[in-house]
Amino acid sequence: MTTAEVKPPVLTIGPLAWLRKNLFSTWYNIALTLLAIWLLSALLEPAIQWGTTEARWGVIKANLTLFMVGQYPRSQIGRVWLTVYLLAGLIGLSWGVWKNAARGFALIAVSAGAAFTMIALFFRWDAWTQWLLAEAILLIFYFIGLYLPRGTLITAVAWFLYFPFVFLVIGGSKYIATLPPVPSNLWGGLLLTLLLTIVGNFGALPLGILLALGRRSKLPVIRYFSIGYIEIIRGVPLITILYTAAILLPYFLPIDVRPSQVIRAMIGFVIFEAAYQAENVRGGLQAIDRGQYEAAHALGLNGTQTTILIILPQALRMVVPALFNSFISLFKDTSLVALIGLFEIVRIARSILAQTEWLGTHREVFLFAFIIYWVFNLAFTYGNRRVEEALGVGKR
Amino acid sequence: MEIKALWRDIRFLKILAQVIFIIALALAAGYLYLNVNANLARQGLAVGYGFIKNPASFGIGESFIPYEPSDTYGRALLVGLVNTLVVSALGIVLTTVVGVLAGVARLSSNWLINKFAAAYVGVIRNTPLLLQLMFWYFGVAIQLPGVRQAIELPGPVFLTQRGIYMVWAEGTATFPAWRVYLIIAFISIFSVWFILQAMRERATIPLSPWWNLAYLLIPIAIVWLGALLQPEPPLRPVIPELSGLNFRGGLRMTPEFAALLFGLVIYTGAFIAEIVRGGIQAVAKGQVEAARSLGLTNGQTLRLVVFPQALRIMVPPVTSQYLNLAKNSSLAIGIGYPDLFSIAGITFNQTGAAIEIIMIMMLSYLSISLFTSILMNIYNSRIQLVER
Repeated sequence: MTTAEVKPPVLTIGPLAWLRKNLFSTWYNIALTLLAIWLLSALLEPAIQWGTTEARWGVIKANLTLFMVGQYPRSQIGRVWLTVYLLAGLIGLSWGVWKNAARGFALIAVSAGAAFTMIALFFRWDAWTQWLLAEAILLIFYFIGLYLPRGTLITAVAWFLYFPFVFLVIGGSKYIATLPPVPSNLWGGLLLTLLLTIVGNFGALPLGILLALGRRSKLPVIRYFSIGYIEIIRGVPLITILYTAAILLPYFLPIDVRPSQVIRAMIGFVIFEAAYQAENVRGGLQAIDRGQYEAAHALGLNGTQTTILIILPQALRMVVPALFNSFISLFKDTSLVALIGLFEIVRIARSILAQTEWLGTHREVFLFAFIIYWVFNLAFTYGNRRVEEALGVGKR
Repeated sequence: MEIKALWRDIRFLKILAQVIFIIALALAAGYLYLNVNANLARQGLAVGYGFIKNPASFGIGESFIPYEPSDTYGRALLVGLVNTLVVSALGIVLTTVVGVLAGVARLSSNWLINKFAAAYVGVIRNTPLLLQLMFWYFGVAIQLPGVRQAIELPGPVFLTQRGIYMVWAEGTATFPAWRVYLIIAFISIFSVWFILQAMRERATIPLSPWWNLAYLLIPIAIVWLGALLQPEPPLRPVIPELSGLNFRGGLRMTPEFAALLFGLVIYTGAFIAEIVRGGIQAVAKGQVEAARSLGLTNGQTLRLVVFPQALRIMVPPVTSQYLNLAKNSSLAIGIGYPDLFSIAGITFNQTGAAIEIIMIMMLSYLSISLFTSILMNIYNSRIQLVER
């Protein structure tokens, strides 16, 4: 065999060739590279110097609990940990049951948990025991999941029950002695942000599907109502809708019904998000082949059966990426409730800056808030990709 | 028999469904209306737009039209609307530039530039705009040095915690006379268009694109000719100068305006960058190959083949980004720029007229959205593929 003697062309591999190809191929590329290097050094050098010497990172450590849960009663904080443990257990269970499909997500959770444990240990925070416990729970449930009979069904039901259960644990109830009610105006920080995101998205989905179907309905009254709703909501800024929900909603309710600000904000998000999800779902509905309708009719299904059994399952699978994008953008948009007086992450950041001992720590505090949002969005984006793969979007 | 037939008649069922829907809607509306009345009656309020004519008696930080606290609420809301329009219009223009640059940079073969743009897009798109605005305002704009230690950029542009001061132009004594030349120059553009159109119709081979320079050169020639006839130029640069505790002269951008504009431009630019990248990548590879085999150069391929097709894909999503920018300008309330939403908020606090103010606000934003999308739809229909 002579192939063994053929050597790779020298100039196309190796760091030098890479540099020449990617950074210095033409005169304008050289200029661009130099510009980029200058820009990077101009930005990075003062940033690193500031981060290592001037920045007062103590402000984050001192206010970490505030960032995470806001004014949630400190004596009840175990309840928040309980939801974290449950989440860890569920992720572990999914990993064990669904193996490959959930592995990436579980690995992210494991490494996140490990990272939190290390960070907490490094700064001598008390929370490291809880993170370690969450990590252990995740692994235990992974092994349970491996050998669980009817695991898929149990895990799916458990995920479905998880979210209502979280509300019960966080909000409490008069009737359960161990879970005294915590008024929703005390919910705050990352906890509130996540709750608003979840309620806004999952609450809006049914309404969004109905509006999407309505917009494609052959009945003019229903169609024009849906179009009007969708276009009006999409034409105004979210903050005006939240403001309306916060101020105007009580006027439209009976005199003795006064929901808390958090509930009002959730209603505002549902009203807003439904219009956007309706447009997402409509995209999926439009992509369904005519033949599917015709086949369903040929099988003797009526209109409702066709929609529920044939059209919606296909349309919804097709729009999972779009729905996930809405989810991510709503996660960012929850920051707007800061403007109607709720203590989510941005508002907490502002309130920390008002503490006299931490005056002038704007950059540290905002940077930390940026990191929270960024990390969560990265995780959501990754999750989106895995779910897309699992559903075979665009492949089937 | 008759009734059963009716019950099975699909036309009847359709009408019935709509009638039931309307009745349900009317019932819901009636219920809400009764609740509103009961609530208003209990608070002793009445719905009415009379407050519009009352004096507002609050000051507004910055305004592009004359405004005094003794003016009416209507005037104050108008100030807010103009402020929103100004920041949105400027933002749309600037964000297009930033977005296209970053989108092209994302496709650059230069590794560093590519990653730089990727980092910009990744960080900006994954964090909330409100947080970014607060960072630009509280973390940057008002942390700038005081007036006396102002950072001077070439131009000159002075960055201070009291705002950004930059050179601006001022009309001189000959400015009125100049308007005539400007009007003539403006009319000449249309004449050039007519003449070129006529030449195109008669020409046997396509007109060289260099003829389009006439649009630029002829008006400039007219204005320049005017300059020779007048004793002094019509505009004179005014450079901001430090006098006492503040700068005088030139154009001042308040920190609020600067932070809002910058934040909106940077945020929306990241989204437009992704649209630009996607649009260019979506042009079929065969198109580039076909252009190459026809002997077009790289630049010609990009200008004549790739970009016109990418533009068709890009315009609808970019339109919705423009709309987002205009709507997002309502976050100005977070940093104290007096836009429509924040002035509406103040008016509500003072008058308690919640329903009326929310109606005004929603209608204003809806009109802005509608107007922008009509403009962009006209543009979109002009560039779409004409199929025969």
